[in-house]
Amino acid sequence: MELKLPIYLDNNATTPCDPRVVDAMLPYFTEKFGNAASRNHSFGWTAEEAVDYAREQVAKLIGADPKEIIFTSGATEADNLAIKGVFEMYASRGNHIITCTTEHKAVLDTCKHIEKLGGQVTYLPVASDGLIDLNELEKAITDKTILIAIMYGNNEIGVIQPIREISKIARKHGVLFFTDGTQAVGKVPVDVNADGIDLMAFSAHKMYGPKGVGALYVRRKSPRVKVTAQMDGGGHERGMRSGTMNVPGIVGFGKACEICMNEMEAEGQRLSKMRDRLEAGLMQLEEAYVNGNREHRLPHVANISFKYVEGEGLMMGFNKNIALSSGSACTSASLEPSYVLKALGLGDDLAHSSLRFGLGRFTTDEQIDYTIKAISETVLKLREMSPLWEMFKEGIDLNSIEWAHH
Amino acid sequence: MAYSEKLIDHYTHPKNVGTLDKSKNNVGTGLVGAPECGDVMRLQIEVDEATGVISDAKFKTFGCGSAIASSSLATEWLKGKTVDQALTIDNMDIVEELNLPPVKIHCSVLAEDAIKAAINDYRVKNGMPALELEEKKH
Repeated sequence: MELKLPIYLDNNATTPCDPRVVDAMLPYFTEKFGNAASRNHSFGWTAEEAVDYAREQVAKLIGADPKEIIFTSGATEADNLAIKGVFEMYASRGNHIITCTTEHKAVLDTCKHIEKLGGQVTYLPVASDGLIDLNELEKAITDKTILIAIMYGNNEIGVIQPIREISKIARKHGVLFFTDGTQAVGKVPVDVNADGIDLMAFSAHKMYGPKGVGALYVRRKSPRVKVTAQMDGGGHERGMRSGTMNVPGIVGFGKACEICMNEMEAEGQRLSKMRDRLEAGLMQLEEAYVNGNREHRLPHVANISFKYVEGEGLMMGFNKNIALSSGSACTSASLEPSYVLKALGLGDDLAHSSLRFGLGRFTTDEQIDYTIKAISETVLKLREMSPLWEMFKEGIDLNSIEWAHH
Repeated sequence: MAYSEKLIDHYTHPKNVGTLDKSKNNVGTGLVGAPECGDVMRLQIEVDEATGVISDAKFKTFGCGSAIASSSLATEWLKGKTVDQALTIDNMDIVEELNLPPVKIHCSVLAEDAIKAAINDYRVKNGMPALELEEKKH
């Protein structure tokens, strides 16, 4: 196959729409443009039918009942609705939420907001492989705990948390379990019943669907979970999320879920094989380290630190042709290195030196080969001009040097 | 972030990468920054003792493209200047030349710090008092 440039390896940030998804969506912009809430004419019925069908497609992917799917504008909104909605709805039972330090900002910042409202939040640390400690989780539960919010698969390092063990602990203590499934749903088998999930946020644009649409799964049976609406209005989505339905988006989301469901097994194997090859190729370099647990993780994600070179400087060597992300401070708005990598106990220097690879449906073997070559060459070139590499090679302990911090 | 052509050129074809013999009396070495901050620059000057002119300058930098380009440019500017002339290089000159975006101004500050640290190392080695350096905000 011919090599196509530029290469997109940032599929954890977003994925392109699958052309099959776009085809499914198109009629709903033009001839089938009705409002799904218009109950009295055929335009409305057509839109409602399309939404109902998509709801079934989405529910099926995660083993849920269609009535348990609340459509939102994306995973961030679903995270907010789950956490704030549970906090309000179950206020009489308690005000304590348990989450962990490597969650997405949509969860962490929502928890910060809950604290401002008088709630208590425990932020569990993670081990150096990115996994939480189940004993610590159980110990953190108090009689005020109403919710455990732990993500399914991590967006930066791809680590998959022990979801079934977490849900068992939650059940045992009568605490609800919410998981941010944004990176995992559509990539690995997720079954809300087998996994014991009570609420789950996920998004279309991470699985080859359109941006601007996502869902919150809310369990209806054993236990029946309710959330207080955070968006008031026409009472859409059984009162839990008002606002005119994004019909084309939802149709695309449904189609994206259907495709993921049909292709997940083969695609997961293809991706993990390709990811392993990428890793093996890059680990040929000296002083390269894979971040996060290598066994319990998503098939398409790799996070590697190349010691003694800085991530943004590294990316500049190939970013005309390869798109990916770095945990370097220079690439973030906050100018702080990745908090996820720091939570693993990585020094700032290794966090600055990390690259995140997000492989996807349209990644090819040729692209992986090109990437290994381009990155290896750039790492070698930059190390030749890195004073830290020179010191390392001379056997100087970098920790023994008194650096001028600024 | 779109970088200027000059910056990209310095990154792609950096000038004067290398190491001078720091044990020599006429070589001054400045090492600034910290690995935890994501940038470390080492800048060295070699001074012609007869004329006081900087005859050679080398750098090695761990950092982003702007940090690499700033130090590459600094070494170019240093060569042929006297030590006193070199002290007049201002970080804003680097900002202007490379058209650094505001979030990258600290890279130019670091380069200026590296120049001054190298000069001070040279001065101290040769029995001159170190210059008091004003602290620039990074």
